[in-house]
Amino acid sequence: MPLLDIIDLKKYFEVKRGIFGSKGYVKAVDGVSLSLERGESVSIVGESGCGKTTLGKTILRLYEPTDGKIVFDGKDITHLTWKELSWYRRETGLVQQDPSGALPSFMTVKRILEEPLIIHKVKDKEERRERIYKVLEQVKLTPVEDFLEKYPHMLSGGQQQRLVIARSIILRPKLIIADEPVSMLDASVRVEILKLLQNLQRDYRLSIIYITHDLSTTRYFSERICIMYAGHIVESAETRELLTNPLHPYTRALLNVIPDPDPSNRFIIREVPAGEPPNLLNPPPGCRFSPRCRNIMNGLCDVKEPPVVEVRKGHFVKCWLYV
Amino acid sequence: MAEPHLTVKNLVMYYRTVRGEVKAVDNVSFSLPRSKTVAIIGESGCGKSSLAKSIIKLLPRNVSVYKGVILFDGVDLMKMDEESFRRDIRWVKITYVPQAALNSLNPVIKIGEQMIEPLLLHFKMRKTEALERAAKALKTVGISEEFINHYPFELSGGMRQRVIIAMSMLTNPELMVLDEPTSSLDVLTQANIINLLKTIKRDLKLSMIFITHDVGLSSELADRVAVMYAGQIVEFASADEFYRNPKHPYSQKLMDSVPTLKTDKKLDFIPGSPPSLLNPPRGCRFAERCPYRFEKCKEPPPVINLSEEFYVRCWLYEKR
Repeated sequence: MPLLDIIDLKKYFEVKRGIFGSKGYVKAVDGVSLSLERGESVSIVGESGCGKTTLGKTILRLYEPTDGKIVFDGKDITHLTWKELSWYRRETGLVQQDPSGALPSFMTVKRILEEPLIIHKVKDKEERRERIYKVLEQVKLTPVEDFLEKYPHMLSGGQQQRLVIARSIILRPKLIIADEPVSMLDASVRVEILKLLQNLQRDYRLSIIYITHDLSTTRYFSERICIMYAGHIVESAETRELLTNPLHPYTRALLNVIPDPDPSNRFIIREVPAGEPPNLLNPPPGCRFSPRCRNIMNGLCDVKEPPVVEVRKGHFVKCWLYV
Repeated sequence: MAEPHLTVKNLVMYYRTVRGEVKAVDNVSFSLPRSKTVAIIGESGCGKSSLAKSIIKLLPRNVSVYKGVILFDGVDLMKMDEESFRRDIRWVKITYVPQAALNSLNPVIKIGEQMIEPLLLHFKMRKTEALERAAKALKTVGISEEFINHYPFELSGGMRQRVIIAMSMLTNPELMVLDEPTSSLDVLTQANIINLLKTIKRDLKLSMIFITHDVGLSSELADRVAVMYAGQIVEFASADEFYRNPKHPYSQKLMDSVPTLKTDKKLDFIPGSPPSLLNPPRGCRFAERCPYRFEKCKEPPPVINLSEEFYVRCWLYEKR
């Protein structure tokens, strides 16, 4: 049984247009299915506004899903109330992009880590202390004594992100959603943090959903990649398979424009799909990438939404080219 | 060999804060031939933006030391008075595309009106003529000229960045200083802007200083690469040499931390963090994190010339 099973999940945000408010919906997540095993890591890759952050927050039930189903550890949590979700909060954690914004500036490291333990009723003071020490060792903020009484602003960006990770795992969750955890960090610190997450995943059989716009880091991090475009997952496969054998025209375009350091890059003009991602308030009919796609089949792609096809075992693509 | 378009020699820029003097640019030298691009790469806080600003003399108000030589077309800009620098160089021959340029457009002024400001100011051009020129510049960057009458919010991020680039090209500059020009853009939009810069470089023969923290991206434009660490350039090399065979231990480590999509490699990171620019160590500034550190590294490392123009600042390359 997978740890997490998401079936046709939808999250729409209602918006009003004009003063009298003709209603519209921003379809940020529009029919996403995904499953994740215990101890597995999957990346969700897409550009800003594709709905990847909304997907993450809906999975954590920070948003109420509009439609679809989320099953965690065999339990349907799709429409549980805030109160009923208490155990689920303990089983899941979130690591966000901006560590300094995620940490309360007036609390010490010790206090920041103690708070979730108190909220989740770890009453024994000695046990709380032990768990704080252990988690700080896990994220390598050592020697622990040096950090306990520090405030977030006294830590470097990488150390702050370690603290955020420590806080997200202190309740020993089974699932972590890491939403652009390294995009504000420098290259070498980035690798450090990703390696830390990877070690936690291996040592504690943690499942991780890594949300990012940066395809190149996923290669080193996750076992599977899902490519998201305009509210849909358009392609998913094992990491190596997806990177060596991209099928969806959007995935291909992405892979084509990301430069590896190479002095010959400066002589190439890269092919980039024209236009911009669609407005999710009013996405185009048919395939949402069709207006920018060089392989468009007129009368099909721009009319009918493509089905998801399993082209090879475990390699899924939502595109008419492969039907 | 032809004279370089730009030669920076021993440039120093310190500024004073309540906590002490920040040695943001500390004895920096490099040269750039005409219509070539130098990429300045380094991690945040290494002084790369300060270097860019020092070249066009946009200095912080609390600057305490500012000296060195900036030869542009054979003229030492350091010796030029502010008035003639403003009139003849800044925004005229050398233009600057700042970081977070997306927010540098005024939201309540039409695109065209903002674009022509330097033309009205510097060239005393008539408005109609200036607007024509702006329309033409927009076309070069791939934006339909009707956008002259639009407001910035009507444009997407990528288009706004194009407007900024068009704006910086209006005065037919010879050198463009680009400070992280694509850092807040999406992957495909970024590729679009880089394509645009490549065409500008090729067709208009502009020289460029391209500042970025992204090593992969730097190789999209760079003919030469300067690696900055803690206020100093630790390696200055040709692109062909640098991306294949970086010399300085910091450059090597930095390269190891860059994830690549198309080739397999073991990712590595640099333990520790860079020294504070308030009080950098006397010896090599990278020594504390360097795997090859030895006794001599406690002394300031020499600049070892690897060719007439290129160098590395490291004891390992000292001739024995």
